[in-house]
Amino acid sequence: MAKILIIAEHDGSALNPATGKCVTCATEIDGAEIDVLVMAASATDIAAEAASIDGVNKVLTAERDENANAVAALQAPQVVALADGYSHVFGPSTTFGKDLMPRVAALLGVNQVSDIMSVQGPYSFKRPIYAGNVVVSVDAPADKTLVATVRTASYQAPGNDNTAAIEAADCAVELPAHTRFVEARSGDSDRPDLQTAARVVAGGRAFASEENFELLYKLADAIGAGVGSSRAAVDAGYIAPETQVGQTGKIIAPDLYIAVGISGAIQHITGIKDAGTIVAINKDAEAPIFEVADIGLVADLFQVLPELTDALS
Amino acid sequence: MDKIIVGLKRVVDYNVRVQVKSDGSGVETAGVKMSINPFDEIALEEALRIRERGEASEVIAVSIGGSEAQQQLRTGLAMGADRAILVKTDEGLDALVVARIFKAIAERESADLVLLGKQAIDDDSSVMGQMLAAIWDRPQATFASEVAIDGNAARVTREVDAGLETIEVDLPAVITADLRLNEPRYVKLPDIMKAKKKPLDEIGLADLGVQAELQITETSFEPPADRQRGIVVDDVASLVTALKDKGLV
Repeated sequence: MAKILIIAEHDGSALNPATGKCVTCATEIDGAEIDVLVMAASATDIAAEAASIDGVNKVLTAERDENANAVAALQAPQVVALADGYSHVFGPSTTFGKDLMPRVAALLGVNQVSDIMSVQGPYSFKRPIYAGNVVVSVDAPADKTLVATVRTASYQAPGNDNTAAIEAADCAVELPAHTRFVEARSGDSDRPDLQTAARVVAGGRAFASEENFELLYKLADAIGAGVGSSRAAVDAGYIAPETQVGQTGKIIAPDLYIAVGISGAIQHITGIKDAGTIVAINKDAEAPIFEVADIGLVADLFQVLPELTDALS
Repeated sequence: MDKIIVGLKRVVDYNVRVQVKSDGSGVETAGVKMSINPFDEIALEEALRIRERGEASEVIAVSIGGSEAQQQLRTGLAMGADRAILVKTDEGLDALVVARIFKAIAERESADLVLLGKQAIDDDSSVMGQMLAAIWDRPQATFASEVAIDGNAARVTREVDAGLETIEVDLPAVITADLRLNEPRYVKLPDIMKAKKKPLDEIGLADLGVQAELQITETSFEPPADRQRGIVVDDVASLVTALKDKGLV
């Protein structure tokens, strides 16, 4: 029987919704018993949140001062120490999971299945390659621990009516001193988180300046949306890197995605394929974004964006 | 520091829209333009800049594959790498095996730094650097957007989902390059000529004591589910109506 350990992602006080989506993925493995590991300096509140996720059997907490920030080199040995007895170890395919999970896999002597988008069997999965242009089916050996990351955009958030047991785990392994956390800087935004927002508005190079992105922010605030961007806009310095959507940025699945002044390179499209409804506003009627848009509007963004913001306010 | 090792993977060029073979057995790569993985090019550029600042003495480019990967190594030499190593094999390799190869080379060369791309744009796995750091028992600084060498340590700014994060790692270490780390230089013709004279050694897996292995097998390939082209509206009012009809606003 599959026994699955899911590595929780959090910001030190609250659980990241990516964790719940990993649980949803794990429940697709028949008869899976699912435990969640919370590594934190203070795990109580985060563990309580994890214990409420439907489908979770038990929450393990690893409380150490070194877990105040998620540093892969310090957390991987703890995961390895606790992975004994588990057939599968899952983490989200976020920068947190992408950093940590391969280190865990290598320490366990196994390869990793990255970005699970579909479960075909306990050791068979589908995952995207070539910027999502190809889907490959993979088989992993059943006699080894299966370490994987979950493409969270492929899974729904689970319910929260559970009261799973919470246990302190023995995580007293020796940790290396070669890696030191210095600081974290995040764009202070009151807007919804890009990866979990139900609505996202995103802007591309056509905005032509950092100042002009104000037009996009006004639309975002009018409809309570998170803000995304294309690589071209980030490279041009119009908007912060953490807003980039696509192959090498964030893969998202909002109910509504409004792409403004984004041409729609394949590397961008792969980040939004799972969106409920895609709206494209672009003055170039031939832009590839229209090939995937549910609703298209061929227009100059500087003319229509203020009008759209007014209409939706 | 003395030596920096850079990994250069030969991949389908990022401008190519790849096609699945009609029998689902793989991806069509015959006659397709091949290039250095773009993230690896950024890693090489960073290594060259570190050397040009006088903070390292030698940059060694490494690739794994058939003879055709010499092309990518020659390009790397033309960019400025001092020498190249091709680990010649025609076998499919797990990322973990690739990590073992890089560990063996890093140990053989007593490397102080291994600079890699954060992911290869063909399999998009984003795992090799982290695996190398794990089995080499050294630090990792993934998704780097800024690297400062400070004696026996490196201060690395990383692009993470929440914004930017800075960590300090002791050398030797593994650093993987993100998009914004730098903009790679263009190769000039005289550099291509010069690169032909630079050493390019070929070695086999056995020379490194590494065995080929494939734990995870790819059983079939298919195109992704396509989204259908929808409607085009004429103006903002029609767009708002369409959104309201769908209950989205």
